[in-house]
Amino acid sequence: MTAADAGTADSGAREASDGFDPWRIGLYAALVGLLLFYLAPIETGLVTSLKTDGAVVETLPYVPPGLDGFTLASWATALDALVRGMVNSLLFTIPATILCAIFGSTAAYGLTLVDWRGQIGVLVLFIAGIFIPYQAVIVPISRFWSNYVDLVGLLSPLWGLPVLKPHWGTLLELMITHVAYGIPIATLLFRSHYQTISTEMLEAARLDGASVTKIYYRIVLPLSRPMFAVVLIFQFTQIWNEFLFSLTLVSSASSPAASVTLILSGIGEAQSGLDFPLRMAAALIAAIPTILVYVLFTDEFAEGVRT
Amino acid sequence: MSVLRSLVRSLRRNGHGRDDSDEVATDGGTTVEGEVGSGHTRSTLQRYWTSDFVRSMPYWLIPFAVIGLFVYGAIGWNFVISLTDYTGFAAAEYNDLDFEMYVEALTAPEVIAAGRNTLALLIGFTLVCLVVGLGVAVLLDRKVRFEGTLRTIYLLPMALSFIVTGQFWLWMYNVNNGIVNAFVGLFGLGPYNWVGNPDIVLGAVIFALVWQFSGYCMVVYLAALRGIPNDQFEAARVDGASTWRMYWRVIVPQLKPATVSATVVLMLFALKAFSFLYALFGGYRPTKGADILATLMVRQAFQLQRWAYSSAIAIILFVMTLGVIAPYLYYQYKGDHL
Repeated sequence: MTAADAGTADSGAREASDGFDPWRIGLYAALVGLLLFYLAPIETGLVTSLKTDGAVVETLPYVPPGLDGFTLASWATALDALVRGMVNSLLFTIPATILCAIFGSTAAYGLTLVDWRGQIGVLVLFIAGIFIPYQAVIVPISRFWSNYVDLVGLLSPLWGLPVLKPHWGTLLELMITHVAYGIPIATLLFRSHYQTISTEMLEAARLDGASVTKIYYRIVLPLSRPMFAVVLIFQFTQIWNEFLFSLTLVSSASSPAASVTLILSGIGEAQSGLDFPLRMAAALIAAIPTILVYVLFTDEFAEGVRT
Repeated sequence: MSVLRSLVRSLRRNGHGRDDSDEVATDGGTTVEGEVGSGHTRSTLQRYWTSDFVRSMPYWLIPFAVIGLFVYGAIGWNFVISLTDYTGFAAAEYNDLDFEMYVEALTAPEVIAAGRNTLALLIGFTLVCLVVGLGVAVLLDRKVRFEGTLRTIYLLPMALSFIVTGQFWLWMYNVNNGIVNAFVGLFGLGPYNWVGNPDIVLGAVIFALVWQFSGYCMVVYLAALRGIPNDQFEAARVDGASTWRMYWRVIVPQLKPATVSATVVLMLFALKAFSFLYALFGGYRPTKGADILATLMVRQAFQLQRWAYSSAIAIILFVMTLGVIAPYLYYQYKGDHL
């Protein structure tokens, strides 16, 4: 039975019936209800971010502001505060994402498609890294970077060069840490893909005398393209959204190396209470890169979370 | 998680059929070159240097070293720190090691309270998330229009940072102007101080986290539902089973592997949840009823500089993580249905 046949046979079973069935109407009502549930916090945030202080108190939270209550001031303030953090986040997120994908791919190749004794033990150590709670490592890691390998100090000759700035040392520390904690999941994703590659093809190439390196570059790498998309999309959102390492490795939100999530966590805490329009605008600005990536590549992202 | 299952399977194969796998390893394509060598020692050495083990090293050795240092090295170091009395801003002293910090942690009322909250969050969050995710998946599986768009929107919260969603929910739960109080107000209830009242704060946190994670459960369950052959739906209908009974008796039991994987992921998340709570409460200290081990640990370390004490809590948390992961791996290892 082909997939198409399965579809038609299925439509009778999974769907109650066609036409004006009250069950169908109930089903769609439930789906719309869920839609409202999942969108409500985001929609409320969006309309609130566009309101003046007066309109926030006077109008309902989910109602868009009227003409007199509309302002872009919060967005301007939030953008002003966050731009620095967004640049920093991009500076460590992009290289860390790419390195994770490269290391994940090579490690999965060396541990899945090349056969050698004891590889499963090494592989288990890779995979187990996914489950380690960051709390179990942040004290040593923050001590390591601040007391033992302080890259800002160690690389100080570099900071005299044009373009480079001292706080890039901290960004480099963040990048390396993120790579270390991104490799396990990247390896797992690539491994799941590599197990679907036919072993006959690799065996044939090997009998033809192709070396391990040649097989990787000629066969495995071209076949990995879809998985590279998944890993890059998934890791980008993970690293961009991450907070605990930023909080513990960067001294404070006012530090020049502060990431976007770190600045966002402390924004809008004015003495006169919480400035919600500013907070909402900042939250949306910080989320824009991940929302864009997510909407454009939903399938890749879904595959990343499912595995 | 499905990949993890296959990993366990290969472990099984390796453990049970050691002879087989050895044969495969030496047969790995290099024997042709290896057998050409004349002397026995030389051929062994040569085989070693041209073996797939050595040749595969450039591919995994660097990432392995990075993980070894930053993951396993860090955990080991964390354990050593937990045996010291390290506090404050000076360097640690490693000459007086004992388990004093564990005794202190396990008898401290704050740790016991946080442990209780952690368990409540773990169980409540996991159960509600699974039920909601399954419900949404079943609805989406019934041949609806715009399924792709709906799925994209239901999963959207999962793409947002906890700091972002924490800000959103702080506004949702606002006492005077929040949408949640406006909603319960329709039924003549409230307003409640969701974030500030220790009695209800954990429920509020669970609700917000379910909002963010149920999309993940939905994706996992939807994939599993799609894997169930259609004739099973058909057969159940021919038998005259009601829709409810059909799902309960025929479909749900087949979702067990998906449920187990999702449960493990959700439980692991509940153990380490920190960022969302930090954003929601605007700092290291959540409202009393929502202080879990993960937030307690970070607060002790980075606000109070009690490094050794917080490392001990971190190790307790790590052991709890193992407590979740070990039964899962054992279940996968034992189960013959893999």
